[in-house]
Amino acid sequence: MDSIISLIRAAVSFGTVIMFGSIGEIITEKSGNLNLGVPGIMYLGGIASLSGVYVYENATENPSSLVCVVIALLCAFIASALGGLIYAFLTITLRANQNVTGLTLTIFGSGVANFFGGSLNTLAGKFEQIAVPVTSAAFRAVFAPLANLGIVGQLVFSYGFMVYLAVIVAIATHFFLNHTRKGLNLRAVGESPATADAAGINVTKNKYLAICIGAGISGFGGTYYVMDYIKGTWANDGSIETLGWLAVALVIFTTWKSKNAIGGAYLFGILYWMYNYVPGLTRSSMEIFKMLPYVVTLVVLIIVSLKNSKEKQPPASLGQAYFREDR
Amino acid sequence: MKNRNNLSEPFVRIAKRDDMSFGKRVLVRLVAILLSLAVSAVIIFAITKYNPVTVYVTMFQGALGTRTRVWSTLKEMFLLTCIAVGLAPAFKMRFWNIGAEGQVLVGGIVSAGCMIYLTGLPSVALFTIMIISSVLIGAIWGLIPALFKAKWNTNETLFTLMMNYVAIQFTSFVVSKWENPYGSNTVGIINQNTRIGWLPALFKQQYLLDLLMVIGLVIFMYIYLTKSKHGYEIAVVGESENTARYAGINVKKVFIRTMLISGGICGFAGFLAVSGVSHTISTSTAGGRGFTAIIVAWLAKFNTFTMILISLLLAFLDNGATEIASKCKLNDYASDMIIGVILFFILGSEFFINYKLIFREKTAKEGK
Repeated sequence: MDSIISLIRAAVSFGTVIMFGSIGEIITEKSGNLNLGVPGIMYLGGIASLSGVYVYENATENPSSLVCVVIALLCAFIASALGGLIYAFLTITLRANQNVTGLTLTIFGSGVANFFGGSLNTLAGKFEQIAVPVTSAAFRAVFAPLANLGIVGQLVFSYGFMVYLAVIVAIATHFFLNHTRKGLNLRAVGESPATADAAGINVTKNKYLAICIGAGISGFGGTYYVMDYIKGTWANDGSIETLGWLAVALVIFTTWKSKNAIGGAYLFGILYWMYNYVPGLTRSSMEIFKMLPYVVTLVVLIIVSLKNSKEKQPPASLGQAYFREDR
Repeated sequence: MKNRNNLSEPFVRIAKRDDMSFGKRVLVRLVAILLSLAVSAVIIFAITKYNPVTVYVTMFQGALGTRTRVWSTLKEMFLLTCIAVGLAPAFKMRFWNIGAEGQVLVGGIVSAGCMIYLTGLPSVALFTIMIISSVLIGAIWGLIPALFKAKWNTNETLFTLMMNYVAIQFTSFVVSKWENPYGSNTVGIINQNTRIGWLPALFKQQYLLDLLMVIGLVIFMYIYLTKSKHGYEIAVVGESENTARYAGINVKKVFIRTMLISGGICGFAGFLAVSGVSHTISTSTAGGRGFTAIIVAWLAKFNTFTMILISLLLAFLDNGATEIASKCKLNDYASDMIIGVILFFILGSEFFINYKLIFREKTAKEGK
């Protein structure tokens, strides 16, 4: 029983990282742009929040938790949205290829993040491991009365606030995309930009906004990873990149519906951590187990294309650039 | 009425162009690279306070300063080029093979496996088996997404992307199976004493044979893409699948055949990386080159000779930035950052090659 609880807890934490990443990417892909820069954007979000808070915590005597959280989220959103803006400018205005630009953004983001993450201390003239204890504590704080409610408390109420924020964002995104006029316009842009253009929807503006806001949300995944998952420090081990690609996989798994990202993310978390809880695995067979999230995604991708149902397809213009002059 | 006339003509229009001369195209790209170096210099200065010129001199020394460094840069170049050459036919067909990383890894796994288990064979037989099997496994890895694309139009970008991670986990699996010494979680240098399965040095240059083989591939692929019937079919399918069908080209067959070739060459790159360069296998055997090569292949516009130049530029930057990092006591991820900036600029500059901006005429006389 204990091991099941700890598996679910690990899965929820893990899932939250990729849930943020994939919700942002869903918004982006709904505008018809496939941004393969998600890992880079998550890196940018992680490092920006860490750097911002690091400066603040070292400059003040008694850093306030609330200010720390605000700084972390604000820095993450701005940095990631800027990453998205570079991608948007190159692919929309300068009409560069989406896949190539996205991959470049991933190289760039991971370079910037690992560079600053690895040398933040050297630059600040200190030599110990980076730590932002106040912020990390604020991100990991749980509401004690609820968290102590036995099993339910452990399973549902014992996480930092961003776990719940991710669920709220997923539901809000679902509502925005399916029940508002603006969401409808955005989906129209992704399905058929020429039709949307003819109907008077500003394609360029919609794409720019979707990509930048989507990138901002993806960046929170990096923030959650840095502040909560690895407890407010930095590790140059490339794990954010792996998580970023899993976030891209999750977008496929959810068939481009953000409400499915909640369950999907936790399921990915369970699949990813399962190897720790299956008895009798050798170290090598554990590695085969870690393949599961990707294999499951492949299966979903194949089934979706096989069934060919209209509800479950990627946005029709995904990956294709829209130039009004192309007729 | 007057207002409406003004409104109907925007300040700047964008039009396609395909008439830019070769010299001008080179010039645009050079300007882009210079601009990006300037931007990087500002970033470097802001962080390190070192004189950017000194930094670039250090970079040059780091990449080309000694004979070993030149070969290390060349090594990086031919690995990148080899993968990019493999990607070229797929991309020309507009088939987004993002799966080079995985195709390289499976090729590498098979090569490493041969080196470990087939030590008894004569070296000619061993190399033949290694090359054939790594090309074959790479081709199979490329074939799977192609089959699904041909049959059910499954999105190949996402399919090949996922195949990478299956390959990476598979690599971790074999690494823990073959680990040496036990418990180290690495395979170590395979056959360190006997050198069985190591590509031999040519004229005492360890990487010369690899380099020559890649150059051979570059020439072969150039001819294949521009002079052969297959190459023509690939070009037509890439332009428009419907046109290809109308012209009587079997699109599915072209998909499958081309991905077999693409994956096969990437598998061969895995063989080079293991047998020719690192003599070990790990999840970093491909080391992100599968992704970087995508950018190389795209920027080179499927011209395999241009790929050599772009790979050389990237290899130069990579080794140079590593040197800067160690001189300035910064970590060598700085190179990824600089490469990112430079690629952004090159990608952006393509716009000015393919399109022209037409500004509104200042005084449009009325009544005309």
